[in-house]
Amino acid sequence: MRWLEATVAETVPETARTVTLRLDVGDWRGHRAGQHVDVRLTAEDGYAAQRSYSIASPPGADRVELTVERIDDGEVSPWLTTDADVGDQFELRGPIGGWFVWDGDDTTPVLLVGGGSGVVPLMAMLRHHAASGSTAAMHLVYSARTLGDVIYRQGLEALASPHRAVTLTLTRESSPDWGGHRGRVDADLLADLGWPPSVRPHCYVCGPTPFVEVVADALVGLGHEPARVRTERFGPTGG
Amino acid sequence: MPIVSRGFQGRRRQPGAGLVPPGQYLVDDFPVLSAGPTPDIRLEDWDFTIVDETGGVAARWTWQEFRSLPAEEVTVDIHCVTKWSKLGTRWEGVAVDTLLEGVDTAAEFAVAFSDGGYTTNLPLEDLLGGRAWVAFGFEGEDLEPEHGGPARLLVPHLYFWKSAKWVRGLRLAEQDEPGFWESVGYHNYGDPWREQRYWDD
Amino acid sequence: MDTSPLDGNGIAGALGELFAFDVTMAATTCAHCRHTQPMADLRAYVRAPGIVLRCASCGGVQLRLVQSTERAWLDVRGIQMLQVPAGTTV
Repeated sequence: MRWLEATVAETVPETARTVTLRLDVGDWRGHRAGQHVDVRLTAEDGYAAQRSYSIASPPGADRVELTVERIDDGEVSPWLTTDADVGDQFELRGPIGGWFVWDGDDTTPVLLVGGGSGVVPLMAMLRHHAASGSTAAMHLVYSARTLGDVIYRQGLEALASPHRAVTLTLTRESSPDWGGHRGRVDADLLADLGWPPSVRPHCYVCGPTPFVEVVADALVGLGHEPARVRTERFGPTGG
Repeated sequence: MPIVSRGFQGRRRQPGAGLVPPGQYLVDDFPVLSAGPTPDIRLEDWDFTIVDETGGVAARWTWQEFRSLPAEEVTVDIHCVTKWSKLGTRWEGVAVDTLLEGVDTAAEFAVAFSDGGYTTNLPLEDLLGGRAWVAFGFEGEDLEPEHGGPARLLVPHLYFWKSAKWVRGLRLAEQDEPGFWESVGYHNYGDPWREQRYWDD
Repeated sequence: MDTSPLDGNGIAGALGELFAFDVTMAATTCAHCRHTQPMADLRAYVRAPGIVLRCASCGGVQLRLVQSTERAWLDVRGIQMLQVPAGTTV
């Protein structure tokens, strides 16, 4: 798999800490919802750093979109979220990963559980669900710290439909105006919002490693088959 | 030639000439590198053992015994094979000279072994002569678990992968035995000033 | 809880430089504990002088990869068996 040339066509702030980069990528062969790319930045003196980012855009979109969360002492995300301007270039390798993908070629219900920036590949799945007219029931459970940390807030509202549900749970929102769920994703919430194990839904869990461990364990504890629970761990800070 | 990204520098600072070994960059933070999970070590279960070349236990200290040994403060520069260097780091530890005092051995090599299974090998003489410590303090505080606490080996004249985190002892050996990274491509000795990073360096 | 590892998804690009198949679609049988699991679920330690893949069940090292500009070193003694579905070439 070779390194391709990516050029920033547009930057879209999503939250105070996250930015979506819309890219033109030379020789891009297309991708599946849930896949990611490796991004490599090289300095003038040859120093290079590399990180992985999930693709936010659905298959078939005009441009490859990455949504990047700024990690303050990071190597790559500060450049991508703060320094990268329209016309800037970097290298990108992908699409990568055939495991954490949803193609939408069956009508099995799909439970998506995302923590923080773990929502990015799940958003690609939601967008693909909408664009392909899939009739599979899909439910995204998305945990963020505060309302201001919810990535794609308007986009998620626009995508929500009877068979494409979105439930937010906020862990540190102090405003009394928030009438939605509060607290971490746990077995009770998953049992409430998901499907019984007998339905054999596809489950996709993504986010910081501790979040993924807790949620995956909870799903298996509820009786979901481990083989039906696909996970992607972002490490300690979620990207 | 890879595409250069305008303005990208990364986290490093440029070193002054002669301050760091070739190919290294200075960093402001203290990167955490690890080949596995941070072990959960209880001090009441901790010991440090020296196993000699016959396989016998030549010396052993519990945490209390270890902390009663004479310790010293040292300020050293450290160099990681992943290219970052930190100058003037302050450590507190027991000199390996002290630990090997009274150990009768003809061995020329040592393997440091750690909780979690990590190992690294060195010539025994590189652990002597005031060049190595078992360190329990960093910058005036207890050494944090993610940086190798309660105690790690500190051998600053070699690349920092030789300064085994969560060290639990030294096994003295007549033959050299490549450790965790030395057995999969990293240089057997690892002198940063001669840029001995990999097998073929 | 160990918060630092990625998983097999996160190192698929790097391993794709060596393997002709998509590692996220493969499964390994651990040489230490004999547990079989998707490579996507192995715990990957990448903030290291190399890449280390550990069994999600017993924590044993299954794979170690070191790359210099000149060559790569790969130790897979921790993998007893590797299963690759047909049609997963990268």
